[in-house]
Amino acid sequence: MSVSTAVFNLIALLLVVSAAMVAFSRNIIYSAFSLLGTFMGVAGIYIFLGADFVAAVQLLIYVGGILVLILFAVMLTHRITDVTITNRAAGRIPALIVVVGLVYMLIQTVRTTPWAAAKQVTFASTTATIGDAFLYDYLLPFELASLVLLAAMIGAVVLSRKEIKE
Amino acid sequence: MQALLDQMIQEGAFAGVPKEVVYTIAMVLTAVVVLSAFVAPLAGVTSWLERRVWARMQSRVGPNRVGPQGILQWLADGIKNIMKEDIIPTAADQKLFPLAPYVVFMGFLCAFVVIPFGESLIVADLNIGILYLLSVTSLVVVGILMAGWASNNKWSLLGGMRSAAQIVSYEIPAGLSVLTVVFLAGTLSMQGIIKAQGWRPWDWFMFHNPFTFCAFFLFFTAALAEGNRTPFDIPEAESELVAGYVTEYSGMRFLFFFFAEWGNLYVIGAVVTTLFMGGWQVPPVTDNPVLLGILQFLTFFLKAYFWVFVAMWIRATLPRVRVDQLMGLCWKYMVPLSFICLLGTIGFMFMDTNSRRIFGAITLGFAIATIINFFRRVGFQFRSAKPEAYWKPHI
Amino acid sequence: MNHPFLPLLVMFAVASVIVVALLTVASLFGPKSTNAAKNDPFESGNPPTGDARIRFSVRFYLVAMLFLIFDLEVVFLYPWAIYFRHLGVFGLIQMGIFLVILTVGYVYVWKKGALEWD
Repeated sequence: MSVSTAVFNLIALLLVVSAAMVAFSRNIIYSAFSLLGTFMGVAGIYIFLGADFVAAVQLLIYVGGILVLILFAVMLTHRITDVTITNRAAGRIPALIVVVGLVYMLIQTVRTTPWAAAKQVTFASTTATIGDAFLYDYLLPFELASLVLLAAMIGAVVLSRKEIKE
Repeated sequence: MQALLDQMIQEGAFAGVPKEVVYTIAMVLTAVVVLSAFVAPLAGVTSWLERRVWARMQSRVGPNRVGPQGILQWLADGIKNIMKEDIIPTAADQKLFPLAPYVVFMGFLCAFVVIPFGESLIVADLNIGILYLLSVTSLVVVGILMAGWASNNKWSLLGGMRSAAQIVSYEIPAGLSVLTVVFLAGTLSMQGIIKAQGWRPWDWFMFHNPFTFCAFFLFFTAALAEGNRTPFDIPEAESELVAGYVTEYSGMRFLFFFFAEWGNLYVIGAVVTTLFMGGWQVPPVTDNPVLLGILQFLTFFLKAYFWVFVAMWIRATLPRVRVDQLMGLCWKYMVPLSFICLLGTIGFMFMDTNSRRIFGAITLGFAIATIINFFRRVGFQFRSAKPEAYWKPHI
Repeated sequence: MNHPFLPLLVMFAVASVIVVALLTVASLFGPKSTNAAKNDPFESGNPPTGDARIRFSVRFYLVAMLFLIFDLEVVFLYPWAIYFRHLGVFGLIQMGIFLVILTVGYVYVWKKGALEWD
């Protein structure tokens, strides 16, 4: 096993374990903080694909922005530790059957798809390419993104308006 | 550094050992050397220097017992903190409490990978150098939130959240000021930005046009705020929140937080030097690579450390800013101002070279005039106060 | 082996080892004397009152949201900054539209008073 495979496995392990903790943890704070491991794992995978700019942006936006946002939201919620997250669901056997069926379908899909072999990763400067792409080929999605950001700003103000007026 | 190793391998320095092993061992050694021989004493000596500089500015003496002039004070503090009891309060979150200083420390250490100490003295010249530096600040934010929450203490939580809000807000003006320089350099790589400048002061980006001059001040202020330094140290203020998010920490864990803070000062100085002051550029006096390397390292170190000194000076002089003033300053003044600097620089890039030189000369002249004015004022205060200058104080 | 990010991983690993080693040394060498007072949360000597998880102002959340939006804007500006010379006036106009839309949003947020206080 070469070094890069070993490192990839390590990053993938970190990602999967963190994601499992996010989903299965009973304590919502642990879930939120496990997202840190998940996002960093994703950044590691981006680095493996040679997408250095996207990896840095992942860290900057997801860890610096979205994770902080989620943490603020979780920490601002009153009496959070009093809520026990249990699920008194009936019908565990039907659920188990559906899950097993889905997992089988997924594994079959993964095995039978003709995956394209990964090209040799070159570490060129991706930032310039991205700039070129979204100002020539993907101009419309880019401008629409600005409208989405505008909508988000307005939404943020509206959401907290009641508190500000007081 | 890779090129250096390649050269040495070709000259047969490492007889027969496969290339990968040489690279790996070299990298591990570099990491260990950088961490233990550079970062640790740097953060430690900065802490001692800070206390001495404060003290002398406040007409006190400062630590002067341990070692000559107290220079080993940090070592004594470090040893003392290791020997302290490792208390984890029972009410604190047992898993997150030990993890928080680790995350903060990692976030700070990862920044040293892209600091360019010399032309070939950089651990990794990433294509996205400066953006990477901004990204690892995010790790520190999450670590601080973790520390604030895990302490299960009202004041810690409030301090942690305020600190996170502060760091996160000031990343915008910092990012925009960096963007101004990136426009001029055309690349995100740290070495690329330095190579786009020259060794003469008027070739630095700081004096390129009045807008980058403004961007320099904005970046320095934003970086100080991101490092939780006075006048923006509400989260650590002793009179406000006990000790903020580090209230419940003691011993080695406490030291990790402050290690990160003092080391971060150097990172701020290094980034300011890289972006605005021409980094390690030296006049071409010698061709000998070793000598040149040493000269470049010294130039960079002194320039970066000058800004560390200025940060300490500011901390000794200015009072603390209130938290609403802090946020108002960021969102209402610095963000629009950074945008204006950005647009101004863009306008400059459309001008031709001669007009640019004129504006560069004007900016440099303005900066020199400011410095001269500053020294005149200092002289005036000195003369009118007529203090007894303790040129050889009894220490 | 020419991966430019490999030194980062090595640095990370070495730093982890150093941190864990230091903390282990600290916990081994330090004295251990448990005392009930040591385990209470610290409130400058007062006995702790109330629950630690009290409600906080929603302005923290608003600041984080605004940071996210402006940070996304900055992130969009970085590739343009690098490729600026090739893109010329055309790119300037496109980016100008982007910036104008976000400036409108910024002015709106300011006028609505979301930038006050904290």
